[in-house]
Amino acid sequence: MEFAELIKTPRVDGVVLHRPFMPTVEGTLCLTGHHLILSSRQDNTEELWLLHSNIDSIEKRFVGSLGTIIVKCKDLRVIQLDIPGMEECLNIANSIEALSTLDILSLMYPFFYRPMFEVIEDGWKSFLPLDAFKDLETMTDEWRLSEVNKDFSVCPSYPPLVAVPKDIDDDTLRKVASFRHGGRFPVLSYYHKKNGMVMMRSGQPLTGTNGRRCKEDEKLINATLRPGKRGYIIDTRTINVAQQAKARGGGIESEANYPQWRRIHKAVERSNVLQESLIKLVEACNDQSHSMDRWLSKLEASNWQTHVKEILTTACLAAQCIDREGASVLVHGTEGADSTLQVTSLAQIILDPACRTIRGFQSLVEREWLQAGHPFQQRCAQSAYSNSKPRQEAPVFLLFLDCVWQILRQFPCSFEFSESFLVLVFEHSYASQFGTFLGNSTAERAKLSLPEKTVSLWSWVNRPQELERLTNPLYEANSLVIWPSVAPQSLLLWEGVFLRWNRSSKCLDEAYEEMVHIIEYNKELQNKVNSLRRQLAQLETEDPLLQT
Amino acid sequence: MEHIRLPKVDNVRLLDRISPRRNRVGTLYLTATHTIFVENEAGVRNETWVLHSLVCSLEKQAATASGSSLLIHCKNFQVLNFVIPRERECHDVHLSLQRLSQPERPDELYCFSYKPNIDAEERRPEWDFLDLRADYRRMGLPNSLWKLSSVNQHYKLSDTYPADLFVPESATPLVIVGSSKFRSRGRFPTLSYYSKENHAAICRSSQPLSGFSARCLEDEQMLEAILRSNPHSDFMYVVDTRPKLNAIANRAAGKGYENEDNYSNIKFQFIGIENIHVMRNSQQKMMEVCELRSPSMSDFLEGLESSGWLKHIKAVLDAGIFIAVAEEGVSVLVHCSDGWDRTAQVCSVACVLLDPHYRTLRGFMVLIEKDWISFGHKFSHRCNHLQGDPKEVSPVIDQFLECVWQLMEQFPCAFEFNARFLITIHSHIYSCQYGNFIGNNQRERTELGLREKTHSLWSYLWMNRADYINPLYRPDHSQTQGLLRPSTAPYCFKFWRALYNRFDRGMHPRQSVEDYLSAIQEETQQLKEQLASHKQKIAQLEQAQEWSVPQKAVPFDKSPTGWTFCNDLANTPQDYTGGFFTSSPCQPRAPITLQTEESNKTSKSILSNGSDQESGIADVSCRSPLSEDSTRDPDSDEATYSAS
Repeated sequence: MEFAELIKTPRVDGVVLHRPFMPTVEGTLCLTGHHLILSSRQDNTEELWLLHSNIDSIEKRFVGSLGTIIVKCKDLRVIQLDIPGMEECLNIANSIEALSTLDILSLMYPFFYRPMFEVIEDGWKSFLPLDAFKDLETMTDEWRLSEVNKDFSVCPSYPPLVAVPKDIDDDTLRKVASFRHGGRFPVLSYYHKKNGMVMMRSGQPLTGTNGRRCKEDEKLINATLRPGKRGYIIDTRTINVAQQAKARGGGIESEANYPQWRRIHKAVERSNVLQESLIKLVEACNDQSHSMDRWLSKLEASNWQTHVKEILTTACLAAQCIDREGASVLVHGTEGADSTLQVTSLAQIILDPACRTIRGFQSLVEREWLQAGHPFQQRCAQSAYSNSKPRQEAPVFLLFLDCVWQILRQFPCSFEFSESFLVLVFEHSYASQFGTFLGNSTAERAKLSLPEKTVSLWSWVNRPQELERLTNPLYEANSLVIWPSVAPQSLLLWEGVFLRWNRSSKCLDEAYEEMVHIIEYNKELQNKVNSLRRQLAQLETEDPLLQT
Repeated sequence: MEHIRLPKVDNVRLLDRISPRRNRVGTLYLTATHTIFVENEAGVRNETWVLHSLVCSLEKQAATASGSSLLIHCKNFQVLNFVIPRERECHDVHLSLQRLSQPERPDELYCFSYKPNIDAEERRPEWDFLDLRADYRRMGLPNSLWKLSSVNQHYKLSDTYPADLFVPESATPLVIVGSSKFRSRGRFPTLSYYSKENHAAICRSSQPLSGFSARCLEDEQMLEAILRSNPHSDFMYVVDTRPKLNAIANRAAGKGYENEDNYSNIKFQFIGIENIHVMRNSQQKMMEVCELRSPSMSDFLEGLESSGWLKHIKAVLDAGIFIAVAEEGVSVLVHCSDGWDRTAQVCSVACVLLDPHYRTLRGFMVLIEKDWISFGHKFSHRCNHLQGDPKEVSPVIDQFLECVWQLMEQFPCAFEFNARFLITIHSHIYSCQYGNFIGNNQRERTELGLREKTHSLWSYLWMNRADYINPLYRPDHSQTQGLLRPSTAPYCFKFWRALYNRFDRGMHPRQSVEDYLSAIQEETQQLKEQLASHKQKIAQLEQAQEWSVPQKAVPFDKSPTGWTFCNDLANTPQDYTGGFFTSSPCQPRAPITLQTEESNKTSKSILSNGSDQESGIADVSCRSPLSEDSTRDPDSDEATYSAS
């Protein structure tokens, strides 16, 4: 297929662009296969380059022969294009619509994008399971790397290599896989160095209505327990939801079959509810009304903050079981690819200082989201402005980032990255020139040859100039477990994402610059003092009077 | 002392609101000024001090097997729940506190017995620290347009107004007297703020006694005089800060609002800020939400919405913005009913927006002194300092402080002071520890001899200003200049956790960016001094090569300032488990409960250490306790997470 077929009018002059908090620009609008470009063709005005894949929905309006297209983006920005000529406007609108809903993966921009920067380190190779396992081996010899899934046949959503208890062989794993939703048998998610406790994740057990049992499954998870110790199973579903799942073949680990495990049910919402919540939240944020009551009731009705609180609470609970109770934990919901990952990844942010560094966070996203099989392609196909009925879209990953931001707000000196890094990851998870978030699983990524054909987001991020921009100037390594507050008073609306295009951030940006300036000035003085001190010491030793 | 029925009770439990695991057992002492709870735990002497004057309400609940519960709500939003083993003891404590927290006579107030270690001679300059006349001079007054009037000397015309007032040059005593007779409580239109750049003025008054049709020529002439004092404008605004309905209702009582037809060239405007009763109920509702045991997000947001609190804050800020923007050229007369609540709020908010001086530490104190204290905001009644009518109580000043906090959130570099400054002022408005907020007006304060008998909060704050400086403030920053134009979109108004949940330590960020930056700035200062001294030494060494008395390089040493600072930090916001109400009397921050004489000494000595600092780069590690924080918790917030 040729993009040209979809582009009815490639170019219109005299188009006026309105963007939040920026001067309007008049110029030429061009449509290419992957971009909507508006350029004034003057040197000093910024051009707009918008990826079609970033467009969530469009609206068109006509006043006489002047057409207006409102473009609503997945990063929640709304821009307006005034296009002279009804036909041109319609053509442009239709083309944008067609190009932005194209769902043939191999036609996506990352396959066409050629980096304009020098790749210092190939991000595709930065976080391989093998390397992560090497780190694990320095701490414990109780785990092994299994190749049972090397052709993705045991679990299509798992990577080829997974860490499992040493004493469990591949045959057992195959049997366990048939007992767990999506073949997602329990694998190691996190090893807590401090006390040797572990966090595992899996899909729900397929007990069904007649209470099917799988000895191998019991054996596997029991293998992670210390003698005489109990573990915790954190089921992200309420007990009711979990019970209802039995009718569809799913279920829960019964006390009788898992006597060494205590099951705790939490209420982390599922995908369609979350998508609706996002839509309502963004609608509330874009409401132009000046009524306080209306704002607060809409914010409340969106339930977004409730989801943040629930997810964080569950993650804290998991972390607490591991760090405070000295118990191992198994986390799952239904598939084990959404709420489960929110919980396991946040628990690691809380427990493991390494995850709070820029590199460590990338590694966490790789391990606990990309390799763990969170279906990014499905979840991030549409964002808050989508008109179409949601299929499998859900802001599961955005909620995770929001929770990380909440912890960052409470421990502003304990993260190596700043808020802008989280915003960047959010943007790229929805639309990107990089291949990182394409596909739903490692298997799909391998099939598409993403590592060979596209550039990794991490290749771009891990360069000095980008790292500098994303680094938190307040960072001082904190080797401790950080326990966030989950009280409603402590959880804030993530303005950097949800109000980003609604309110000017000028004053806040200035404050940030001021902060950077204070810190940099201090460092500068420190260097000066140190060099003078050395000079002084030298002078003193040279001073003949001192040579006694 | 005669009110203390029981000075000491053993085996009292102080309940933790969040987690029963953090309940503490100890001894409760009642002193003339404080309730003190001393935890009995080997090794640690953990004390909680609560000023009697801060106690807002006491609730004794039915006795249970474990004892009788006494719930104490404080005006600084601290909540303490004691369980006293015997009903009889609880009864005695309850009655004693009831009496102690509700003084009947002014001389029982804490400020008359509070004696910090300051020489008697120091007290006079303490009260002279702020001079309102100097602020009017700063505005350029008196000048050819505005004069200082002696018409209210000895409070003859209005007993709730200050003695010194500025009126238009053309306003004769006859006009002033006539206008004053036509205004509630004699509060005639007088100057609150004047802009020497454009001659526009903010004036304030009470409502006119217009009823349905009454007129007063002198009052009309008074407004005319105000209008004429602004040569660049041919009209002026009259802003009635009440909802229109309330103002109309007042007409039936012979009061009301200005008729545009009777006054030449006025534009009349209603701005609907609700009355003191609505505000009191609203805050009460919000506080109920803040005190919920483990609220869901919906409980909290719904409660916050239905309290209406943020809506009221927005109304006050909206009004302030209206006046500040008008003030860019047009004079404004602001009034409500009596002109001491909403009028004070709106005038002072407008001043903060307009004039960068009021966004400095000293300027902010002057502003409160001017628009609140001198113009007769009824602190004694509104804050319930003395046993009085509960219907007179209202958090009007809280709302002003919160408006300023909301502005600080939008303009982080615009204010010289930090939120801690606002919270400290808030506490002391209610604590009665200083004389500033005692009485309802200047006349009462003079009669009470407060200047002679009590201390002033302003000089205390000034002496400790290092604690209240916003590290992001720079006098030459663009945000510091000129008029602030805040957004009033609803989402810009936030819940002020640091004030209303102030004592719920676990809810606050565990690391404070502001404290971190302050520490860095302090270190930077030391580095600058070192740099200078090193340069000097090098110059000496290089120059005087023949002979010199060499000095050894000062080794890295940890500044005492840095260390006290860190210890303090490590103990306070970072302590995850430590009781929410803990405050031992030797912590320099959290002044209220700590204002014992010893603690004052501590904070003073810290300050002087800081300024004596000459040498030594504070080791960078002195900042790391910031992150050390949560480790210090022996156990965590389990109850919070597992509550499902």
